Amino acid sequence: MTIPWDLFAIQTVNGIVTGMILALVASGLTLIFGILNVVNFAHGELFMLGAYVGVLVLATTGSFWLALVAATIIVALLGAALQIVTLRPLVGRDPMTTILATFGISLVLQNYALWQFGPVARKIQEPITGHFTLFYLDYPWYRLMIALLSAAIIGGFWLFLKYGKYGIWIRATTQDRVMAEAMGIPVPWVHTAVFAIGAGMAAASGVLFGPLVGVDHAMGLPWVLKAFIVVVVGGMGNLGGSIAAAIFISLLEAYASIWVSPSQAVIVSFVVLILTLLFRPTGLFVPTPK
Amino acid sequence: MTERHSTVFWSGFAVILALLIAAPLVLPPFWGRFLTEILIWGLLAMSSDILIGYTGMISFGHSAFFGLGIYGTAAALLLVDPPNLFLAILFGLVASGLVAVVVAYFSTRLRDIYFAITTLIFSQIFYVVIFTWTSVTGGENGLAFTRPGLGIPGLYVVRFTAETMHWFVLAVVAGSYLLLRRITQSPFGTVLQSIRENEARTRAIGYHVEHYKIVSVMISGLFAGLAGVLYALQNQFAAPDFVFFLVSGETVIFNVMGGIGTLVGPIVGAGFFLLLREALSRFFTEYYLIPVGIIFIAMVIFMPQGLLGFMRRWLNR
Amino acid sequence: MSPPKPSVEPLVQVEDLHAYYGKSHILHGVSLSVGRGEVVGLLGRNGVGKSTTLKSIIGLVAARQGRVLFDGRAVTGVPAHKLARIGIAYVPEDRRIFHLLTVIENLRTGLDRDGVSESRRRQLLDKAYAYFPVLAERRNQPGGTLSGGEQQMLAIARAMMLEPKIILLDEPTEGLMPRMVSQIRQIIDVLHRDGVAILLVEQNVPLTLEASQRVYFMEKGEVRHQAVASELDVNDPVIHQFLGI
Repeated sequence: MTIPWDLFAIQTVNGIVTGMILALVASGLTLIFGILNVVNFAHGELFMLGAYVGVLVLATTGSFWLALVAATIIVALLGAALQIVTLRPLVGRDPMTTILATFGISLVLQNYALWQFGPVARKIQEPITGHFTLFYLDYPWYRLMIALLSAAIIGGFWLFLKYGKYGIWIRATTQDRVMAEAMGIPVPWVHTAVFAIGAGMAAASGVLFGPLVGVDHAMGLPWVLKAFIVVVVGGMGNLGGSIAAAIFISLLEAYASIWVSPSQAVIVSFVVLILTLLFRPTGLFVPTPK
Repeated sequence: MTERHSTVFWSGFAVILALLIAAPLVLPPFWGRFLTEILIWGLLAMSSDILIGYTGMISFGHSAFFGLGIYGTAAALLLVDPPNLFLAILFGLVASGLVAVVVAYFSTRLRDIYFAITTLIFSQIFYVVIFTWTSVTGGENGLAFTRPGLGIPGLYVVRFTAETMHWFVLAVVAGSYLLLRRITQSPFGTVLQSIRENEARTRAIGYHVEHYKIVSVMISGLFAGLAGVLYALQNQFAAPDFVFFLVSGETVIFNVMGGIGTLVGPIVGAGFFLLLREALSRFFTEYYLIPVGIIFIAMVIFMPQGLLGFMRRWLNR
Repeated sequence: MSPPKPSVEPLVQVEDLHAYYGKSHILHGVSLSVGRGEVVGLLGRNGVGKSTTLKSIIGLVAARQGRVLFDGRAVTGVPAHKLARIGIAYVPEDRRIFHLLTVIENLRTGLDRDGVSESRRRQLLDKAYAYFPVLAERRNQPGGTLSGGEQQMLAIARAMMLEPKIILLDEPTEGLMPRMVSQIRQIIDVLHRDGVAILLVEQNVPLTLEASQRVYFMEKGEVRHQAVASELDVNDPVIHQFLGI
């Protein structure tokens, strides 16, 4: 079997592009799990709603960038509202209840989208058209832009965590929730803010990814599954690990789709998950605990 | 269990059983079949309760057991001629049993959320395989097959009618309920509940927790597979949709709505959900899941004991 | 001779407090008070509920019965983060500094409050560095890299950043070398001079008797006795009774 090197190179680029979006989605998920100890089943739906808000804002204003910002903010607020109404009452209860609650939310949001927008997929027009030649292909500039933007958003968030006053609040709450409260940090609001940030990240991913596929009510499902795999493989609550895992898994899948169909290539991520759980359950990119 | 308690239970059981036997003779055909469906989903939910309610392991993998039970049955009915009822049941149970073995292995090495996610991934693995392996499984379109006759092939076979199918399902489900009840009330069942309460302490006392978990998953998986067999016999149709993890999610909803850890609760939950769906889809058509979902979330927050738990407390006032 | 009753309203008043850890009934009706600027010791054997009393005052343990008054207002059931902002600071038994935050970031968790001007923050920070020079040296190091004694300094400094009216100190000298113990002793005096009240839980009896104005003795979840610290010495039978030394 001859190895198609140029196809390989193209898939590397594709893998990194998808990997960066997946990293953005997974970052939100791992943040929410690491700080709130909540498994957010509705994360894929927040992604999907972000894409839809993007569609609407784009249709009314014609600006992709406005759509991106609006979607992020609106879905972040929605996330905050959801957390306050459904998750705050569940603090202190069995963690299973939050899984169930977020599962319920995902059902409601998905069907709401189906109801409001119908089953036909919508399209988001990419903000920059134009291609450059990558080997023998005309590779769209937009794809590169997605990767850069995702990286920028994640990077921006990391800076916020490291240097801002609220970044300190979030980090303190993550390390010792009880002591953070005793120091006057309003922990319940930190939780709400973190959920909102996670939701906003998911929404941004949705808008960024929108132009690559159609926007429809079920688009969140495959992403949330893959995001879960990434979070587990990367180490629950480990931001850096999730990013590494996202790119790793996306690259493997991109390479696999050289030989099998994309819908079968997803098995790669399943296999990686199973192997990780068997041999390095705390995460592939996490140093093994002593 | 006290004497009085026992008589109350058995008389209640007998009454309900009698009602369910009479039902298809009295109800219009649509509702008769509806009731049969409730029983089948109820069995699935009961099987899930063994894991969630009694052992404390939340699983999103029941669609794998259920779906493979359906496809196993399909295999038996399509590959063997003439279609044989017992072979169908056997194939279905073996298929789901094999899946249960694999899941059981993982159950011993993973806890809580990792176990839940893994079971979900398993459902998806099977979904993808079944969806894409079109030559064997019919892919997206699924498989259609004919119902076998009831009886001993070669000797005496009679076709199922809607009523006899219902009674057959009722017999299997009622029998399963009694069997599961026996199991949960046995010393084995007590250990399971102890694992749910405090796994570390159970282990410290000296119980080999892994063994109990494996058996629990096997039991759960086999009965879920049995539900799949019944579903296949009832509807004569297999499709990848049943392996999709959403089915597992609905099963968990039945459990929570009805009340986990009660065995009967999940059946009630299944009935409640399906009735809600029927009623609400008159008004909301396909979007019934929006109000149902909201009701579910409200129940998780305000009625975590489920309908049964709520009624129990209300009756105890 | 009965201990002097404070002539003004006490800063903190605990009345008949009952608290639980899960199903265990830990506090069986604790009553005590701390006057403005007063150093009050809380003594007793391990497990009698001293730490739980402190946690109940800061709102980290819920009171099932009874109440806590701060500055005359009932604060039972108020969440901890609000109490920290109105003047109750807590330094827990195992220090619990934020290991992955630097020293200065640890201090900032107390400094970054609403209504505190930038210059005031600077002042408070300088005060912390003046009281604890070692923290100034290590200001950009992660808290987890500090020694036990240094972490204790940080925990106290962090509490000071809240500009509290009372500091709840839980066993500050536990596991520390004698040199550090006397440093803690000095800090308590300095805080007292600054007008900060302290409720001090300690196993070190001599230090407690020296540093406090009054002491309470707890047994089995209740306050059984109180005394003026200067009227007691280490060999007093009361000490033997409640501490079994």
